[in-house]
Amino acid sequence: MAAQLQHLGYEDEKLQRVMERLPCRDVQASMLLALMGEQCSYPSIFIYGHRATGKSHVIHTLLKELELPYATVSCVECVSVGLLFEQVLLSLFGSDSASLLSRSPSLSDFVRVYKQLCVQASAKQTRYIVLDRAELLRDMEANLLPAFLRLQELVEDNVTVILLSEIVWDKFRPNTGCFEPLLLHFPDYSKGELQQILSEDSHPSYSPELYSAFINILLGVFYSVCRDLRELRHLAALHFSKFVEPLEQGKESDTHKLWRNIEPHLKKAMQTVYLREVSSVQWEQQLQMEEKEAGVVRGLSAHAHVELPYYSKFLLIAAYLASYNPARTDKRFFLKHHGKIKKTNFLKKHEKTSNHLLGPKPFPLDRLLAIFYSVVDSRVAPTASVFCQISSLVTLQLLNQVGHDDQLDAPKYKCAVSLDFILTISRCVYPMLYCPLVTDWNHCQTPASAAL
Amino acid sequence: EMTSSVSKGCFVFKPSANKRRKTPTVEDYFTHGCEDTENSKLRFRNCQTLWEKMKADTELLQDELNRKILDSLLAFIRKSVSTFQRGTDDWASRMRAHEIPTAALVLGVNVPDHDMTFQCLSDQLQQSVTPFVVSVQATECAGQSSLNHMLQRVLERLMGTSVSVDNEEEPEQRSTNVNQKRVHCSLITLCNWYKTVTKKAASGTARKKRTSVGKDMQQHPPIVVIFKDLEAFNPKVLQDFILICSRYVEQLPLMFVFGIATSPSTIQHMLPHSVSSLLGIELFQSLSCTQHLASVIDKVILTSQFPFKLNGKVLQVLVSIFLYHDFSVRNFINGLQLALLEHFHSQPLSVLCCKEAAALVHATELSHRDVERLQQLPSFMRYVEEQGPQEQVELLTSDDHVKEVCQKLLKDLCKYHKNYYPTLRCLHILTASLPKYPLGKQIRELHISCLEKNVWENDEYVSAMQLLRMMAKDELTSALQKCAEILKSVKTKKMRAALLQLDNLLSKFDQPDLVENAAGEDLTSTGKGLQKKTDLFQLQKTLLEMKTSRRTKKMSQFEILRDQALEFIDSLVRSHLAPPESQPLYEVCYYSSSAVLRRHLNATPRTSIQTALSNPYHYLKVNNLRAEDGTVSNAAPDICIVYKLHLECGRLINLYDWLEAYATVVSAAEGKDPDSADFGKVDELKHARFIQAVSELEFLGFIKSTKQKTDHVSRLTWGGC
Repeated sequence: MAAQLQHLGYEDEKLQRVMERLPCRDVQASMLLALMGEQCSYPSIFIYGHRATGKSHVIHTLLKELELPYATVSCVECVSVGLLFEQVLLSLFGSDSASLLSRSPSLSDFVRVYKQLCVQASAKQTRYIVLDRAELLRDMEANLLPAFLRLQELVEDNVTVILLSEIVWDKFRPNTGCFEPLLLHFPDYSKGELQQILSEDSHPSYSPELYSAFINILLGVFYSVCRDLRELRHLAALHFSKFVEPLEQGKESDTHKLWRNIEPHLKKAMQTVYLREVSSVQWEQQLQMEEKEAGVVRGLSAHAHVELPYYSKFLLIAAYLASYNPARTDKRFFLKHHGKIKKTNFLKKHEKTSNHLLGPKPFPLDRLLAIFYSVVDSRVAPTASVFCQISSLVTLQLLNQVGHDDQLDAPKYKCAVSLDFILTISRCVYPMLYCPLVTDWNHCQTPASAAL
Repeated sequence: EMTSSVSKGCFVFKPSANKRRKTPTVEDYFTHGCEDTENSKLRFRNCQTLWEKMKADTELLQDELNRKILDSLLAFIRKSVSTFQRGTDDWASRMRAHEIPTAALVLGVNVPDHDMTFQCLSDQLQQSVTPFVVSVQATECAGQSSLNHMLQRVLERLMGTSVSVDNEEEPEQRSTNVNQKRVHCSLITLCNWYKTVTKKAASGTARKKRTSVGKDMQQHPPIVVIFKDLEAFNPKVLQDFILICSRYVEQLPLMFVFGIATSPSTIQHMLPHSVSSLLGIELFQSLSCTQHLASVIDKVILTSQFPFKLNGKVLQVLVSIFLYHDFSVRNFINGLQLALLEHFHSQPLSVLCCKEAAALVHATELSHRDVERLQQLPSFMRYVEEQGPQEQVELLTSDDHVKEVCQKLLKDLCKYHKNYYPTLRCLHILTASLPKYPLGKQIRELHISCLEKNVWENDEYVSAMQLLRMMAKDELTSALQKCAEILKSVKTKKMRAALLQLDNLLSKFDQPDLVENAAGEDLTSTGKGLQKKTDLFQLQKTLLEMKTSRRTKKMSQFEILRDQALEFIDSLVRSHLAPPESQPLYEVCYYSSSAVLRRHLNATPRTSIQTALSNPYHYLKVNNLRAEDGTVSNAAPDICIVYKLHLECGRLINLYDWLEAYATVVSAAEGKDPDSADFGKVDELKHARFIQAVSELEFLGFIKSTKQKTDHVSRLTWGGC
């Protein structure tokens, strides 16, 4: 590969070093190298690909190792445009440059200052501006993205803007049209490539072959559900100590036997992949506990139970009922003497589809309180603390407040908890009855009870 | 005031020192409106000292309760620091180098209590780990550009504190900071700042030992960001913040603490995988708030240390506010404080509510008025009735004699308390493990029922005793052992005697021949009856038979001993767990106005408004407003009349009809002749008054303008008269 790139005018050993640090990205790297010229380069390059496909890594290694002048800015960080400009100028022209910008600079300020500075320090080489998470540029001022795409023309300097994003270019194109950047796609790593990359960070006290064998096993288990390099690396770090445990104790040395040993353990870990439920430290501690108790692995989600004050529980139940039952049916469910309703046309056709599929519906405060008073088993005074609890449920994100108009007279809410959550709560407050949701409504086929 | 100036103008006059109005102190507030001003100062001092002691005790307790979780948290943070410093030596930490160490601190839904925990945490962190601790709240980071706000808060607090720490050493630090103000709020700024600070600190320690840097403070102290209420943060802002921070993880030893009120799964709800994969999360669970409350009650209420007591109803109010409404221990303690203040404020005899020795002194100094008050106390009157006629006369006439008796009674009350609490604990230990908890699972439930009436007259007590009679030997002895432990710490004569008796019983339980006897019998009798499969009726029958047969059977030695032990406990309960109402002078120590407390702590704004509108006499206390059976007098304020009239309407109210009805009522109030021509006529004044009343109702949220019908308003409440 290095031989092919010789004509590009970089030193051989440098290139060699660079390519060693970019495994499985030879094609993309050489493409980029070919694009990056000394005299004149393409105004803008758009690089896209999924997370952890090496976009930033390739760009940074190239720019750094070849000692090119560059600036990298993450667009998340730029809460204002000024910050973006400032960071670009700082890394291209040194620490004094930013002071030339006014307090809240506009794009033309930036161009003016840039021009001014680049006259003072004209470069022999192309300057590079790397904008990470470029999709956020779309949310900033409308002229920003088109301007960056043809910054070369605007500042009359040999500069290339490189945009990095996980989103395809089609989603960027503004209505008014713009300069089309050069598109470069970073495809996902294949299984073999993942194997190669992961094997590189081998444990210093074990042979690379052993580590590679471990990665092979890991990929065999997890590859079907997870292809994210970062997650896989996390998993590798998590489980390697378990893998080598028999070795430490001096029992086994055969890879096959090691595989036998680790496989059930990895299968168990499959349940919590992507969740990052526990930190690695805790995971290890849990494993030790597990050996003692032979219990199930408990992650963060196992602690889903929330202790709530007594009336808060009822308020939440009432909110759930109000969200998932049509308002028409309230009279029937919560009134003792509700007259007869013909069963045949009791539910309208659209109401027969499960309300759980449609999600929670907003309800006014009055309805919540009416249902609350009818489900709670004792007389409750409408004290300030009951209302307080409603707002604290909102801050705890168990209820959502909907809409922003008319907040004083008729605020509306939505219930934001799942059926399971409500069932656990109702089991606490109605220990005898399984829960009101079941006893009261099973026989009358409400949408809410359909799922129970 | 006169000035020497010739021209007109504004002049500033500073109030002269002697004319400056004294701002009232807490004491003035207390004595103002007190029942009796003579001893109010004394009462105030009593109240203050008592409260300070209580407060200190609860704070100490809370620190202790928090200690465990805080210690593990601190250990976690220290460990993360050390991995940051060691850098890439260790394979495992190298693999995890890109994660920001994060502690998820699950604290429960009692959000008001969290402040104290976080304060404690950041204090301890600052003392022993790092000076760079910031806490942010969601409300501080709300608004349009909230990410900006959040960054600003974090930076301000971090760099602000360092300035105040360092400025005595290097004044020029300030000027550089002024420069930084112009620079944008970004983590780059923070990075640069951190580098200079740590460099300076390193050279500083080389030069001389600095006091502010602790001995185990490392060269790179971590920057800890505490998110006090994770749920309330805008998820987008939080995600961005974490993304930004993770870019600097190699330069800044950042660390997060998430304060979580609900459950740890909130993290997964708020942060997508792309963000949560940047964090190395570890979970810390705090003590549940009910346990917390139990220990506070144990320390402050179930003790003879404090002379101030709550009666059953008041305690019930406080506990139910806790359980039903907020789960907040802080609010519970505030409620306790309110009760304390109210007691000392409203009860003149509370001057005797202090430490025993002081109380005896105060008793001798009682004024004649106070002695009269003492004689009028129901409990004292009951005491007088029990005395002989000669003594009765003495007690009703001689002040000095009353004072003497009062001293004796105070001593008795003190003794009663000293015996009451250990006995209560013993009874609780025995009954807490019984099936279905006949006397309550928590000791506070037992305490409340003891405060209300003679506990041994309750059905629950009887059934608990029956259950205790069936207890197995090892269970019973271990419970009795614990009772003995409790009694050991008490110094009163009666409790010592009880302890002696109990030890005696326990030693008898240990005799070896007892064991065989008891074990053999129990196995055979229970085993047979329950082995067969029978229906419920049959089972009941066999059980009944077993019961009768057992009664006729000669009791084993163990059973005899068990009965003795339980009789002993029963006698202990009967002699020491009588409710405080039975004790003379109990009013001095017990606060009993539960209604007042409820009104203050659990306000019902809506009910008060409705009472004010439908029964204005309740608040205004004007005699001609007095009205029976829910009618409103026509002399009532306009808004009350309008409110009353609107109750008679349906969902939509015609404004004109309403106005006419109002005019009629008001005309009658003016005493006009109902037959005259202008009776009920709407004049300008009435019109204006009506409009004002209606808009007041609208302001209070009873009606609302509507577009459904012209000249109508809609009612927002339902129900009528």
